[in-house]
Amino acid sequence: MPNPTKLIINCETKEQLEIELTDEEVAQLEADRQAAEVRRAEEESAKAAKAATKAAVLERLGLTEEEANALLA
Amino acid sequence: MATTYEIINKVNLTSNQTTISFTSIPSTYTDLSVFYSTRSGRSNTHEQIKLRFNDDSATAYRIRRLNSDGSGAWSDSDYATYGYCGFGNATTSTANTFGNTQIYIPNYLSSNYKSYSVDSNSENNATEAFASLQAGLWENTSAINKITFYADQGNDFLQYSSFYLYGIKNS
Repeated sequence: MPNPTKLIINCETKEQLEIELTDEEVAQLEADRQAAEVRRAEEESAKAAKAATKAAVLERLGLTEEEANALLA
Repeated sequence: MATTYEIINKVNLTSNQTTISFTSIPSTYTDLSVFYSTRSGRSNTHEQIKLRFNDDSATAYRIRRLNSDGSGAWSDSDYATYGYCGFGNATTSTANTFGNTQIYIPNYLSSNYKSYSVDSNSENNATEAFASLQAGLWENTSAINKITFYADQGNDFLQYSSFYLYGIKNS
């Protein structure tokens, strides 16, 4: 099965070349993909933690989100 | 202000591609701008887009983002081996719909570090869609002669995604 391809656009010659990835490039792509998934999961986790902290503070203050937004606007 | 704003090169994908590279970018302009409209193969409503200049794979890309989605807004920053540059649509977003992004790269020939700005939206006829304004910095003093775009999680850019590279100068 052929490897995926990348597109190279030469701005000088206007040539557009579709080139099959090498096995090394495919492996690097997969490594980058896995690293990106980890980063995205960490970002989602941080975002969720921030939202939970915010909700806890609002509950302690007895405010709804709309009331908090009105205060901070 | 721009007096000259002209297309350097463009592509509308006729098949899926893992990366898109503009090479041999001419050194006759002052600034560059890239418009891209993308949909990628990730099984999600969206996928981040990232770039590298001149194949630089060092940890040399800083980004600060102001993002919003269907539920709120947040800011974050990153320092990585890629420059994050917006959101594109992915496979579970509204069919036949693409995210849209413009990046602007002033003084791309400068011997200083290169800044760039990003204005990006994913498009989705549902609750989850992303809007993002980003400020990026490539910590490298080389003139930019190549830009490569990647889907963040290694998925393909799907057919009909498009990338347009423009050159800008004030004369």
